[in-house]
Amino acid sequence: MMVETLQQLLPGFLIPHFNWAMQLGQGIFGDLWPSILTAVWTVIKVMLIIAPLLLAVAYATFAERKVIGWMQVRIGPNRVGPWGLFQPLADGLKVLLKEVVVPANADKAVFLLAPLFAFAPALIAWAVIPFNEFLVLANVNASLLFVMAVTSVSVYGIILAGWSPNSKYAFLGSMRSAAQMISYEVAMGLSLVVVLMISNSLNLVDIVKVQNEGRFADMGLKFLSWNWLPLLPMFVVYVISIFAECNRAPFDLAEGESEIIGYHVEYSGMSFAVFQLAEYSAMLMGCTLVSLLFLGGWLSPVAFLPDSILWLFLKIFSVLILFFWVRATFPRYRYDQVMRLGWKVLIPVSLIWLAVVACWMLSPWNIWK
Amino acid sequence: MGSMKEIFNSLLLKELLKGLSVTGRHTFSRKITVQYPEEKTPQSYRFRGLHALRRYPNGEERCIACKLCEAVCPAMAITIESAQRDDGSRRTTRYDIDLNKCIFCGFCEEACPVDAIVETRVYEYHGESQADLYFTKPMLLANGDHYEAEIAADREQDSKYR
Repeated sequence: MMVETLQQLLPGFLIPHFNWAMQLGQGIFGDLWPSILTAVWTVIKVMLIIAPLLLAVAYATFAERKVIGWMQVRIGPNRVGPWGLFQPLADGLKVLLKEVVVPANADKAVFLLAPLFAFAPALIAWAVIPFNEFLVLANVNASLLFVMAVTSVSVYGIILAGWSPNSKYAFLGSMRSAAQMISYEVAMGLSLVVVLMISNSLNLVDIVKVQNEGRFADMGLKFLSWNWLPLLPMFVVYVISIFAECNRAPFDLAEGESEIIGYHVEYSGMSFAVFQLAEYSAMLMGCTLVSLLFLGGWLSPVAFLPDSILWLFLKIFSVLILFFWVRATFPRYRYDQVMRLGWKVLIPVSLIWLAVVACWMLSPWNIWK
Repeated sequence: MGSMKEIFNSLLLKELLKGLSVTGRHTFSRKITVQYPEEKTPQSYRFRGLHALRRYPNGEERCIACKLCEAVCPAMAITIESAQRDDGSRRTTRYDIDLNKCIFCGFCEEACPVDAIVETRVYEYHGESQADLYFTKPMLLANGDHYEAEIAADREQDSKYR
């Protein structure tokens, strides 16, 4: 089946070569050939997701510096290449050339693996992210659950990063970050429960499709049918939780550039950069989830424009800009304030709205049938 | 009643939105960055930068070794030794300014009765060791010769306030 899909995708003059290659593979590997083909094809698809993702991460750092610069009435990086466009490459080069210092009493293996533990979940979660109705690496039924489960694993990276260098500051920092991430996962989970209730599915493709229906969608104003409007409090709670989950300003106590230090004090060079990559890919992940769950994914905002993957990218980018905007605007929360906001504000608000939506769905005014 | 209003405002994130609007406005405002090597900030003619020793138009150095600058210097950055020259006038044999110590207060310039030691507008100089920033008499005189036109113009502009 996959072979036929490929045949359709390829330009005409390549098809004879392709068929010849298929026959050759069949001849060499025999019955194993289809599974080998599947593996190779999957790896290619994975690469097609990861390579643009890493590029996007690199340019997210650049976009962040530019946008925050503009908001602070500065220009931002503009020295490397035209408009500073090669800045991420220069940063990457710099970080590669720097020494990775391993503290004397560190558990070396864990110390070097911890950044990967933080980074890998942020990449794995992309496996189930649909870019449009058909473009999804693994269209599993419980994809939202998968995303939740996998992104939670990145806490291990943080705890290990705090524990392995045998430094009390890194350890305290990692405890702080882990507690923060776990607390906000509760509010995040609760707001997702509401989304699940109204879309009646754990599948991200279905969740997006459901947002295409409703009274406003019939009127042609599709963007008013997306989940953000009926679930506005949940939307806000979810976005705030994503900020905290990604350790972003105003909840960036993990990094605490200016006054406190976080779990990655002992890291330098590339091992530190991997934490940054993890942070930014988790951030892109968060933006994508917000776009899919609340902003209608690849659906176009009005009826007369076609649905397209470009809408998804536009939405992800807009939410990303919101991340930068918030970072440029708000001062960092104190740790007890972070905890207070999580447990005493966001969780009660999401519980109340959960009950409200449940009653709404049982009432005659139910808009999600 | 007041507290109800407060709770309402905080639930509606009123102040947060206000803050966001401030940064949002500034995103599109004119940027105030001065891109240094290409652009420079305007400079006063009273700017106090690198030191220089001046000469009279006939080439005679102005400094008469009165040592007022050495006395007034709060950082004790100036070292002067003097001797009688062959024509009987008193001249410096040594006039050193240690720019590591100098705080660029301009007192030496104010103290000088003959406008010999001045501070120019030059601020783009560097030393790769502390020794590089120890300016001796020939170096200061060379500075004076090099920037004399600018120095004279700046003094001229300032003269009506003195």
